[in-house]
Amino acid sequence: MQSIQLGGIDYSILIIYSLFVLGIGFALKRFMKSSEDFFLSGRSIPAWITGLAFLSANLGALELVGMAASGAKYGIATSHFYWVGAIPAMVFLAIFMMPFYYGSKARSVPEYLKMRFDERTRCLNSITFAVMTLFASGISMNALAKLLHQLLGWDYNLSLWICSGVVLIYVFKGGLTSAIYTEVLQFFMIVLGFAPVVYLGLKDVGGWETMTHSLSNVAQDPARLGLAPGSYAPDAWSSAWKPLLGGPTANPMGVDLFAMVFGLGFVLSFGYWCTNFLVVQRAMAARNMSAARRTPLIAALPKMLFPALVIVPGMIAVTLASLGKDGYRLPPKMLVESAYAKAVPAVKEAASQKLDAEAAAKRIGEAAGVKMFPDRVAALLEAAPTLDDKSLRNHLQNAVADTDYDGVILSLVKRYCPSGLLGLALTALLASFMSGMAGNVTAFNTVWTYDLYQAYICPNKSDGHYMWMGRVVTVAGVLLSIACAYFASNYSNAMDIVQLVFGFVNAPLFATFLLGMFWARTTSHGAFYGLLGGTLTSALFHSLTLAAGNNPGLKGGYLGVAQSFPSEMAQNFWLASFAFSACFLLTLVISLATQRTKTNEELKGLVYSLTPKLKDEEQAWYLKPTTIGWALLAGCVVLNIIFW
Amino acid sequence: MLDIRWPIGLMFTLVGAILVLTGALSSPESYQRSLGININLWWGLLLLLFGGLMALFAWRAKNRPDQPTARDPGSRQNP
Repeated sequence: MQSIQLGGIDYSILIIYSLFVLGIGFALKRFMKSSEDFFLSGRSIPAWITGLAFLSANLGALELVGMAASGAKYGIATSHFYWVGAIPAMVFLAIFMMPFYYGSKARSVPEYLKMRFDERTRCLNSITFAVMTLFASGISMNALAKLLHQLLGWDYNLSLWICSGVVLIYVFKGGLTSAIYTEVLQFFMIVLGFAPVVYLGLKDVGGWETMTHSLSNVAQDPARLGLAPGSYAPDAWSSAWKPLLGGPTANPMGVDLFAMVFGLGFVLSFGYWCTNFLVVQRAMAARNMSAARRTPLIAALPKMLFPALVIVPGMIAVTLASLGKDGYRLPPKMLVESAYAKAVPAVKEAASQKLDAEAAAKRIGEAAGVKMFPDRVAALLEAAPTLDDKSLRNHLQNAVADTDYDGVILSLVKRYCPSGLLGLALTALLASFMSGMAGNVTAFNTVWTYDLYQAYICPNKSDGHYMWMGRVVTVAGVLLSIACAYFASNYSNAMDIVQLVFGFVNAPLFATFLLGMFWARTTSHGAFYGLLGGTLTSALFHSLTLAAGNNPGLKGGYLGVAQSFPSEMAQNFWLASFAFSACFLLTLVISLATQRTKTNEELKGLVYSLTPKLKDEEQAWYLKPTTIGWALLAGCVVLNIIFW
Repeated sequence: MLDIRWPIGLMFTLVGAILVLTGALSSPESYQRSLGININLWWGLLLLLFGGLMALFAWRAKNRPDQPTARDPGSRQNP
């Protein structure tokens, strides 16, 4: 695929956007008077702003890119990550958990753990969270810089440093407030930048009906487009639940109903939305309790509709590829320099030995590390003697059969956007990346300063000292994320291990919070050892199970394969379910066997049964969190029925 | 504190204006890829409208000294 050419107008839109986000940082600098201002925005922000920021912070670049990729791979069932895997948890956070997070005046999620249990749980949670945040940010930066390099021809290092530099400056100046404010601006940028691409795509394929019709052809023979092997029911790509009800073999995700509903919909989703400080921090910055509770609810409405913006593009791309419209194909995996170096001699060798198409495709494919189309390789071999180096490379790239799903969204941007709109769409992509990164940086600097530095390294200093530390650690956090990005680009296997380990820690986490918040009898021993036990259960589960098509090792099964799953996703969801259950039971049992260390009085405001119920009768009925929550859940059910 | 609607409003007005100008000045051939629709012009107009509305809200809020809403009923019910 040729790189996209940007014009002067496109660059000017990009520059205007950058100037505005930087300007917000500078404009807010004079309001940063205390560490509360810097880390918590002085708890002064209206709900609609924290709500949109809540959503934006969660929406890293990987989400836009990754959800379009999943939309292509799995079709509309990808929306389960929203309607099952997000909305219920967001409503639960707003109605049941925010009163304790906000009401306890904890400055971070780990600090809540300290108030509820003890230092051990806080320490475990804050260290894993801090490290995980840095790695998450690094992985996303690496992915973005790679994408920009492949598709725009931008220099990897330059895009990495400039994007992070912009984020660094505005967070450094305006702290959490400027992260939140820019996230709101980025939210609108993302929506308004991608909506026209979706509109043009849908119009191009001939509307929703035509799209679902061609998707039914795709479902019966997905291998033709290089998607999943096998054959599925015609509605496997165009309905959300029917393929799932048919069991793991009937849907391209390879997931069963229980794993989807309990594993994703309960364990993973509640674990992320209700305990991840990255998002909860936005709600904590709200100006009062009702604003804090409305924050996740305000975020839930756009979140519910986001599949139209991020999943539909993937479905459009598959439709286009299935129709072969104007020669469109799903973007092939890009060959890197070292792959060319091996593939070009292989082509010459195959041409001189006059191998047949199949054998040549296999030989060259092995050299380049990808699958090749035999017919295109045959054409290439025929033409090879007359081709110069550059067109030989183009032909080679064209013959690659593996799909680079992450390139799907940009392949549509490239296809539909004239100069002008192109700038807007790319700015939207960069905005999504920056909002995610700023979210990571602000969550990291707060946890570091309050939960590690102030708690263990340097307590009892002046407020000004901690604010200074916050600024220092903002710089350090950005630099460390950049280091993680380079690490991810050089050692992608090591990165997989890192992510795996964090998966182990995160899977059981929600059990600790659930018992802690809703059962006064939960003791600090129970919480800490339950969490450890849950983490060990995940590791053990992983070492004993394997997904179809994977070899024992990094993907699991290194202690033997006691159970195999049809897909990695299913393995993941089941792992989470097991880890959660283990953590839940262990916490329960250990709590019953150990003495409580906190009195009822100390737990007031931290545990449901010991806290006076919030009275929100004074608000208009339509502003009450419970009303909004029910309305959102009802909307979610309706969407599920429409796309059943 | 800074009203976030100002920067949002100004930025989208500016970007919208650029797109509208681009749309008005460029030749129809350049819109083949957007299915023959002058998407810059139309989307630019929409951005202008959005930016204008945001700025209008910000301007109204500035000229009508807001009742301090920080004393929401919910805030007194903190556990």
